[in-house]
Amino acid sequence: MRPEILRPEIEHDESVPHTHPEPGVDPHAPLPAATRALRVGIGGPVGSGKTALVAALCRAFAGELRLGVVTNDIYTTEDADFLKRAGVLDPARIRAVETGCCPHTAIRDDIGANLDAVDELAEALGPLDLVLVESGGDNLTATFSRGLVDRQIFVVDVAGGDKVPRKGGPGVTAADLLVINKTDLAPMVGADLSVMDRDARARRGALPTVFQSITEDPLASQVADWIRHELAHRSTVTVPPDAAGAASPGAASAGVGSAEPAPRAVAGQAAPVAALPVGRA
Amino acid sequence: MRATARLVARADGHGRTVLPELRGESPLLLRQVPAGDGGVTVYVVGGAAGPLAGDELRLDVEVGPGAVVRVHTVAASIALPGRPGPVSRMLVRATVAAGATLRWLPEQLVAAAGCAHVGDAQVDVAEGGTLHWRDELICGRHGEQPGHAEVNTWVDLAGRPLLRQSLTVGPDVPGWAGPAVLGGAAATGSLLVVDPARPAEPPAVAGTVARLPLAGGLATLWTATAADAHTLRAYLEPPTENRSWCGGAPPEPVSDQHSLAGMGG
Amino acid sequence: MAAPTMLLLLADGRFPAGAHAHSAGLEAAVAAGRVTDLATLGGYLRGRLATAGLVAAAFAAAARRAAWSSGRRATLARLDAELDARTASPAQRAVSRRQGRALLRAGRQIWPAATFDDLPVTPGGPHQPLTLGLVGAAAGLDPAQVATVAAHATVTGSASAAVRLLGLDPYQVQALLVRLAGACDATAARAARAAEEPPERLPAAAAPLADIHAEAHATWEVRLFAS
Ligand SMILES: Nc1nc2c(ncn2[C@@H]2O[C@H](COP(=O)(O)OP(=O)(O)OP(=O)(O)O)[C@@H](O)[C@H]2O)c(=O)[nH]1
Ligand SMILES: [Mg+2]
Repeated sequence: MRPEILRPEIEHDESVPHTHPEPGVDPHAPLPAATRALRVGIGGPVGSGKTALVAALCRAFAGELRLGVVTNDIYTTEDADFLKRAGVLDPARIRAVETGCCPHTAIRDDIGANLDAVDELAEALGPLDLVLVESGGDNLTATFSRGLVDRQIFVVDVAGGDKVPRKGGPGVTAADLLVINKTDLAPMVGADLSVMDRDARARRGALPTVFQSITEDPLASQVADWIRHELAHRSTVTVPPDAAGAASPGAASAGVGSAEPAPRAVAGQAAPVAALPVGRA
Repeated sequence: MRATARLVARADGHGRTVLPELRGESPLLLRQVPAGDGGVTVYVVGGAAGPLAGDELRLDVEVGPGAVVRVHTVAASIALPGRPGPVSRMLVRATVAAGATLRWLPEQLVAAAGCAHVGDAQVDVAEGGTLHWRDELICGRHGEQPGHAEVNTWVDLAGRPLLRQSLTVGPDVPGWAGPAVLGGAAATGSLLVVDPARPAEPPAVAGTVARLPLAGGLATLWTATAADAHTLRAYLEPPTENRSWCGGAPPEPVSDQHSLAGMGG
Repeated sequence: MAAPTMLLLLADGRFPAGAHAHSAGLEAAVAAGRVTDLATLGGYLRGRLATAGLVAAAFAAAARRAAWSSGRRATLARLDAELDARTASPAQRAVSRRQGRALLRAGRQIWPAATFDDLPVTPGGPHQPLTLGLVGAAAGLDPAQVATVAAHATVTGSASAAVRLLGLDPYQVQALLVRLAGACDATAARAARAAEEPPERLPAAAAPLADIHAEAHATWEVRLFAS
């Protein structure tokens, strides 16, 4: 009983570029059953804002989702320390993985250490709703294995130049969500966001892209809403109503087209389909 | 030369240890010296030099329930090449009963140039027994390259394997002096402490000495390398009640980390 | 003798069992200034092969022998305790178990019909050499081949880490490995013979600096490799 994926009307705000996914078409691969945490990989070049995004999501989901973080940063404990210092996440919820100078290997070719870290989080903390896996900063060719994550977000920044989406590479073309970060810096570095938007769309087809500035939006609300949607989508699609406990029959229509954030989505419970936030200004 | 020696210790029921058996033969002679605390101290008195290649020496030590025995040697043993046979061997077998204590704290074994020596120790410690066991190996007399020396330490605690360690040096041993094994240090050794009265201690490291809690029971191994016998001894002085770190400075994990992490990550 | 391709697959550094993240003490040896160039790397690899390599290869071969024997569970339990007794450093024990867990994950997925349930259940995971013995059995390798995989991994893991940490010329490092091939085979052969002995008599070649390096490495706040 796969419900129709409903998309909000996309309002055109030409000041912030965005992509236009096909209404009614889910561009992503189907998600596995909601018997474990949704695993979302966050990759992208060095310094593009991956850790800042993780911190923003921790803030956004505080009190809403049971969260764990695995960080593969090349200087392993730095990211964990940053998250601890920022006070956004209990250190017990963070695991660091050493990658032996091969950040892409650890997330793509040989994922055991990351899977162990995910398992350890669940063993130590009990069931989780969401595990974010931050890759070490790498180049545009690094992507996560589907054996490790269910969804991947690729973070690039405008300071790397507006040519980055045109270069493509598996991260830009195939990530489930492309985040073009640090839009606040665009005027300073002379990056043309509409060029980036056009190139991203050409590269990515129906896959969504968001532009954001974590400086201006410390809760990374577009990305947080996208994850809420993915969580909700997965729960309603894959968990039979009996197993889902508090599944609500009207769930599939709640929240559609509204700007309300999705209600709390908990693994094992059906949650309403949230509005896909892509392209919302 | 072949020689055997045997030491049997029992508690006499009045807080003292007695030696119902204490015998040896040249070049492996045992001498009891007075000790004030009820335990006994025994010195192993070797020949003028030795063991020589061809020597086959064996010492059995049995420490009965409640007995307390300390074993020392009067001087370092210098393993030397010799005529009669290819290898010198020294085997020590020891059993330590529940409530008994054996402190095996001999002087160093020096592997002289051209020697071929094998030292074997097999120690059984019963549950509740106490053992201090120190091995120190000096690779060559002053400024000399060592011959072949192998020190095998096999210790069981309560019938389970506690420590299995073979350290081998010499011209025919690949990489022994290199950065994976001794890193050019002329002296190396370890001190095993099995003591049911001591609380478990976490691992620690400072320079080239490490404190290693073992997996097979409440026991700790100190392991060290050093430039010379004197420095090594400072690292491997048995801990006392008030001093959990062996001789030398206590570990400073932070400064150690900086010195080791000098490459800057 | 199993098909040689199976041996090559298991020995390949790209076999997904986490090898890329382990330097086997090299990162600490480099930081301590003990390994700086090709010559000191050669000394390091020779020493590893004669100590940790021999022990790992012997235990892997012994576990492989146990895999196809009766009393397999009891033998594996004894091998586990004996290997613990040969690994004085808690950091090294933890690393061996972590690598064993990674290899077990790969083994279970790649050979779903093989049984790994007789491995001792220990909190950190099964020791890597024991797991390798069972994975080798699943792959149809004989004990000598399993020992070869273990000895080969001892030198190639650290050598690859040296290329990454020290920027050494990869051709020269490979030439060093070629020069060490004979020693590697001899170590494996010795380990396979030793594996016919009962567990308590298996090799126990120790390396004081390996313990010291491992404990120092475990205290670092910042490290590139997991060991
Ligand atoms: N101006 C601006 N700076 C940002 C933004 N997001 C992140 N930064 C800054 O960019 C720098 C790098 O951010 P990180 O989050 O550490 O980047 P990263 O991708 O995790 O970096 P690595 O893990 O080293 O690859 C930090 O100084 C952040 O404060 C943004 O939206 N605007
Ligand atoms: Mg980061």
